Amino acid sequence: MAKQIVQITVNGEPTDVLVEPRDSLLETLRENLEMTGTKEGCNNGNCGACSVMFDGRLVNSCLVLAVEADGKEVTTVEGLATSEGLHPVQQAFLDKAAFQCGVCTPGFLIATKALLEKHPNPSEHDVRYYLSGNLCRCTGYHKILEAVNAAAESMREGA
Amino acid sequence: MAEKKQWRVVGTRSLRPDGMDKVTGQAKYGSDINLPGMLYGRVLRSPHAHARIVSLDMSEAAKMPGVRAVMTAADLPDIASKLQELGESVADLRDESHNIMATGKVLYHGHAVAAVAATSLHLAEEALKAIKVEYEPLEPVIDVRYAMSDDAPLLDPARKMRGIGDEDGKPSNIAQHFQNKRGDLDKGFAEADYVVEREFYNATIHQGYIEPHNATAQVHPDGRVTVWCSSQGHFGIREEVAEVCKLPVGMVKVVPMEIGGGFGGKTKVYLEPLAVIMSQKTARPVKMWMNRTEVLLATGPNPGSLIKCKMGCKKDGTLTAAAAELYFEAGAFPGSAVGAGAGTIFGPFKLENMQVDGYDIVLNKPKSHAYRAPGAPNAAFASECVVDELAELCGLSPLDFRLKNAVKEGDRRADGPVLPRIGLIETLEAAKNSPHNNTKLAPSSGIKRRGRGVASGFWFNGAGPASVILNVNADGSLTQISGSADIGGNRASLANIVAEVLGIEPTDIRAQIGDTDTVGYTSVTGGSSATHKSGLAAHECATKIKEEIIKRAARIWETDAENVVYDDQSGAITNKADAEKKLTFKEVARQANRTGGPITSEVSVNSGGAGPAFAVHIVDVEVDIETGKVDVLRYTAAQDVGTAIHPDYVEGQLEGGISQGVGWALNEEYFYNKDGLLMNASLLDYRMPTMLDLPKLETIMVEVPNPAHPYGIRGVGEVCVVPPLAAVGNAIYNATGIRLYNTPMNPPSLLSEIMKSGLAELPEASD
Amino acid sequence: MKEIDYASAATLSEAASLLSKAGDRARVLAGGTDIIVQLREHRRDIDLLVDVKNVPELSAMTYSATDGLTLGAAVPCYRIYETPAVAAAYPGLVDAVSMIGSAQIQGRASLGGNICNASPAADGIPPVIVYGATLKVQGPNGSREIAAADFCVSPGRTAMRTGEFLVSIHFPPPKPRASAHYLRFIPRNEMDIAVAGSGAYVELDAGGQTFKTVRVALAAVAPRPLPVPEIGEFLAGKTVSDEVIRRAGELASQAATPISDMRGTTEQRKHLAGVLTRRALNGAIERARG
Repeated sequence: MAKQIVQITVNGEPTDVLVEPRDSLLETLRENLEMTGTKEGCNNGNCGACSVMFDGRLVNSCLVLAVEADGKEVTTVEGLATSEGLHPVQQAFLDKAAFQCGVCTPGFLIATKALLEKHPNPSEHDVRYYLSGNLCRCTGYHKILEAVNAAAESMREGA
Repeated sequence: MAEKKQWRVVGTRSLRPDGMDKVTGQAKYGSDINLPGMLYGRVLRSPHAHARIVSLDMSEAAKMPGVRAVMTAADLPDIASKLQELGESVADLRDESHNIMATGKVLYHGHAVAAVAATSLHLAEEALKAIKVEYEPLEPVIDVRYAMSDDAPLLDPARKMRGIGDEDGKPSNIAQHFQNKRGDLDKGFAEADYVVEREFYNATIHQGYIEPHNATAQVHPDGRVTVWCSSQGHFGIREEVAEVCKLPVGMVKVVPMEIGGGFGGKTKVYLEPLAVIMSQKTARPVKMWMNRTEVLLATGPNPGSLIKCKMGCKKDGTLTAAAAELYFEAGAFPGSAVGAGAGTIFGPFKLENMQVDGYDIVLNKPKSHAYRAPGAPNAAFASECVVDELAELCGLSPLDFRLKNAVKEGDRRADGPVLPRIGLIETLEAAKNSPHNNTKLAPSSGIKRRGRGVASGFWFNGAGPASVILNVNADGSLTQISGSADIGGNRASLANIVAEVLGIEPTDIRAQIGDTDTVGYTSVTGGSSATHKSGLAAHECATKIKEEIIKRAARIWETDAENVVYDDQSGAITNKADAEKKLTFKEVARQANRTGGPITSEVSVNSGGAGPAFAVHIVDVEVDIETGKVDVLRYTAAQDVGTAIHPDYVEGQLEGGISQGVGWALNEEYFYNKDGLLMNASLLDYRMPTMLDLPKLETIMVEVPNPAHPYGIRGVGEVCVVPPLAAVGNAIYNATGIRLYNTPMNPPSLLSEIMKSGLAELPEASD
Repeated sequence: MKEIDYASAATLSEAASLLSKAGDRARVLAGGTDIIVQLREHRRDIDLLVDVKNVPELSAMTYSATDGLTLGAAVPCYRIYETPAVAAAYPGLVDAVSMIGSAQIQGRASLGGNICNASPAADGIPPVIVYGATLKVQGPNGSREIAAADFCVSPGRTAMRTGEFLVSIHFPPPKPRASAHYLRFIPRNEMDIAVAGSGAYVELDAGGQTFKTVRVALAAVAPRPLPVPEIGEFLAGKTVSDEVIRRAGELASQAATPISDMRGTTEQRKHLAGVLTRRALNGAIERARG
């Protein structure tokens, strides 16, 4: 099938991009748009490294086709910080040393933001359950939990 | 220095210099590179565990749309046998080349057979399907016991065992036998009141880094090659690329991209030479990365192992003798971590009579490679479970038994060398005094049985060559360029050291990793060596800057350098000859070009004196005796960390080690079918711990400084993965009375033993 | 991934026409969390994906206490547990859809897709069976209904004919003193495929002490999600007791005909079928009693 132009609003910016039906949103972000902040860890929906917000919902971008994103809004890790500074989730991960290699971090940041927007004051189990689709091999998740709690507190104060 | 000292910046939790880029998605990892005209490379892999390649026809694939290059092993230069140090392991480069692409035979499921480069990833994948390969399947060898038997097919009919005088000259899958021996084993066991002898098996497992292997290569018209990839040591990658592609090392430049986890697995090349060859063929940049299935099938996992372990002690708990035989699955080519396994198996114990035999065995699994304290967790699973049994026989607590037998400074290590100042006793005492050890385990109820387990572990730690450059900028900031790949906070640790020496703040330092053309040679971030060696280089480099700053201040004040006092606590620079005169580092920096030119320094070291590391872990588990499922309720890791240069990332290492160790203990394994095919090559079925599988983790950093380092640094990254297997196994025993001798100690294994034991009055699954 | 075509249907008839024209060379795309992986791993060979998320009937979810729940086949899992009235009425369904993959997967994957993928280990199917749901399928010549228990035939295969596709799943309205519970066993605490699973639906008498109706269905212990009518026949009219629940567990183990593979052994799965059935029955009873 011929390539087609789809319009995806990426981090608020409507963007036209030429894709094949078999291109995933992840490939399109990384290879076509060169927005490489979103990572490929397994390309099968098992690790969460490619997490993005898709029309307000947390998804694995490796399991969305770019053609499905036509007319949709996508938020990636590159869209979290503003000219005002880091998003509270980013600041908390930085302050709490919640990453080592950092390759799972973009996915965790997006998933954490999604969690905290839904559950501003999550229990430890809520956090672990909601983030269980994001694998981290470096940290043992301890400092990630601390960062999520710190981000939750900061977002509650800011609300 | 030996005593613990208070530092101003060292030991503080400064923000990591690379942190901002990593939380904003700006950090560039290996496959984040996009170059103009770039091609995408893909690899065709063997569907068989063991087969002869009868024919290989690339002609159709070469004609496929978008395809610009195809290659097979015939495109790699034929290279001679030569041993190459890979940081945590040694490999024969000829084997490496044959592992990168199969010649004649495929030796494991996933072994690379051919590659293509095309204008898109999809077109490259389609071209793979047009490659015609005819295989003659051969009987696979998957079981280590079978591999050693006379009936087993030989992976390489020309390979004979290298032995200790026991060579029979016949071809064998046993590549090597060695022996470490001290004292009189028979006498030692004769003196024992209790002797426990057991046999253990560890399944093959993977490091499980989240970022897949990747490589991008660009060949320049004059023959130079630039490679961008994520690795634990770009200088090692440069050497391997040069050797495998037969290029002068100076023609190869390797640019270190951010690395998304390595754990030992990213210290050797898989894709890099293929990208180089296909770039040579096309004069275009070629980018390659593995998918997750390829990572699991075809990169170097931790070897499976069979270990026989026998230990004896007196009634009072004093160990009298220990013996072990370690049979490690090297994979398709020789070179497992059996040497390190043999060197660490009795590491924490003072022993006069011991013997360890190591065997390196080839079979049809991927060539094994380093994984965090290579070989040591396999080995410790055996010795630390046997010790648990002995402690129980003696009526001693597991910690008291270990204290009674703990090695200390001046004792001879089980594999020979005399130990320098070490902190095992302090670490055992810290574990004993921990809140965890002093809190009673909540009682078991009904089908939920609780237990506590303890284990210790030893790792050598490493040192080696490293280089650091510091450039002073006109605003008083410093550019720090180091050669160590940074997997988990190395730049932050070095910045703490530089700031400490110069009396400035870590935020004044712009830290980066230099490529192979920019900074001096630095060996891999592996063997728990990076902070030790690069820390030494950073210390010396910053000290030189400090000396230069003093000279410049003297020039500004027109006085002798001896009159200049540089206080590294406050950063104040004063003049003994004139108390009114004061300068700061920044003020001197601003005047650099008027006082003698740029202030820079470069230091390369070849560090020695790595201080050995010991860890002691305590874990509480809960076993569901109806399902065999084990949940980890509480976990404490105590470890001698020397000096915690950056506590966040030291704790991070301990926590990560626990997590990997728990995964290894309970669920991770390579699951092969009878044809030798790996059935669970995905992160769905290769089960690494999720966030729900671990509790909060408690870490105790015991600081017994390494006397051979200016900041007392000991490596911390590896010993933390040594105790968990045995700690979890001992806890399961404490909970259920059942000892498991194989990892993973997964639900079907434990349930099967529970059903045999009659532990639970269970409804029978009768037909 | 091989080259494919993509078409987004806006109406039932458009979807039916696209799918019947392409026959078995086409496949429905809803959440995509199974089909995209299967295409990427070359486990399924098709030429066309028909996106049905814009077909109103497939994306609708309607519930009332009198009519029950009609769930469009493309409705993502999260909408079930994020709709309080539905979540309260069908807790056994919530059990399953909140364990299908991660939060990311549940944001896309539909219960309809889980059913049509027809994995023997699907967590979504046993609850659909025990709630007594009926599945509405559409073909080129109209629609028909299939009982949930009859829908899956063998691994990956359903009772739908070529050109037919699932439109919606209808759950009967909840009855008083009735509820359901679905449980599975996995080695980790999330993100695994069921080693074994058991869904139980229980309707008790007015006093809450006697079974009126019981339905049990098992996952991952047979070539398809397995209804175990013997348990319902055995328990109907019996007083609730540990002894009869234990016996129900034995019946579940006996009905199970599992294989050994990388996810579990035959022995383990037969045993777990019993353990999980006991636990699911107890959970359902507790919920039914309120």
